[in-house]
Amino acid sequence: MKHLFYSILIVFAFVASAPIKNGYEIGDTAADFNLKNIDGKMVSLSNWKDSKGFIVIFDCNTCPYSKAYNERIIGLNNKYLSLGFPVVAINASDATASSGETFEEMVRIAKRKGYTFPYLVDETQNVAKAFGATNTPHVFVLNRSGNDLKVAYIGTIDDNARNASAVSKKYVEEAIDALIANKAVSTTKTKAIGCGIKWKNS
Amino acid sequence: MRNTSIILLLVASLGASAQDDRDLIKLNRLQQIMQAEKDRIQIINFWATWCSPCLKELPLFEKIDMERKDVKVRLVSMDMDLDPDTTKVRKFVIRKKIHSEVLILNESNPNQWIDKIDKNWNGSLPATLVLNNKNGKRRFVDRELHEGDLEKLIAEVQ
Repeated sequence: MKHLFYSILIVFAFVASAPIKNGYEIGDTAADFNLKNIDGKMVSLSNWKDSKGFIVIFDCNTCPYSKAYNERIIGLNNKYLSLGFPVVAINASDATASSGETFEEMVRIAKRKGYTFPYLVDETQNVAKAFGATNTPHVFVLNRSGNDLKVAYIGTIDDNARNASAVSKKYVEEAIDALIANKAVSTTKTKAIGCGIKWKNS
Repeated sequence: MRNTSIILLLVASLGASAQDDRDLIKLNRLQQIMQAEKDRIQIINFWATWCSPCLKELPLFEKIDMERKDVKVRLVSMDMDLDPDTTKVRKFVIRKKIHSEVLILNESNPNQWIDKIDKNWNGSLPATLVLNNKNGKRRFVDRELHEGDLEKLIAEVQ
């Protein structure tokens, strides 16, 4: 009985000392989710069983960075949907903190901008927390490997927020092009100045 | 008499435009400014006119800058990352009667320099760096600050 007690204690100590992860790192397997789309339907990554991967983008309605990247995000879907990497946009910003982040406004913006991809609402903010999303827009490129979707790139879309024609590094495109060609992604992680996701109770 | 007035006006406007560019700086200039401060504890706040949590916490920085002579506040605007026209920031500063030092960061590729401010900075605004060059202590916070937070951060670097 004493041996069992100590065994349990050791296991507990081992588990308790495991570091709390603040989101995904490169190479991690992304968990699926089930979130409401702007058309009212629930959407999961498992809805696309044949995709080569995904371009998951944590975005929002009001952030000037989101506005600056709108066209480029639509462009990413236009280019990569048929190549097996659909865009899936997720709004995790607290809708009560800022009136501009309501579901109704998401529907309005998607319609006005002509979104051709899902724009999901992460009401509990749990998906954003699982991914480790911090700003908007925040991109996570997932690559299918067997039954898993592994994180292959995390960060910003390119190196020039204010001027699309002055971009010299298209991080997301380069990452996906490498994955499609079965090559290693050269820049796997980047940072960007931007609007922080508005967390509940913050 | 009128000629003198015109000359004075021209000289004044020359002086004004020279002043206009001194607040527009690159990152290495910001680092120089931060390193040059010998005596006071520095509070470097990264903000932007479009960032509502940044504007909400601004009064805290203004208050500290006014009250504490041992503290130097520098408000570093990130507006140029999205808008090359500095008019918006300058008009905001005038309209809100901001008295703290305002610097406008003239950089457009944040990924290259974010880590130089702090490796843990995810890039979100607002962000505040509290620095004491006398003992090398620093504190970095990348979230909106509230009443009392600045005083605590200052105490932690003393």
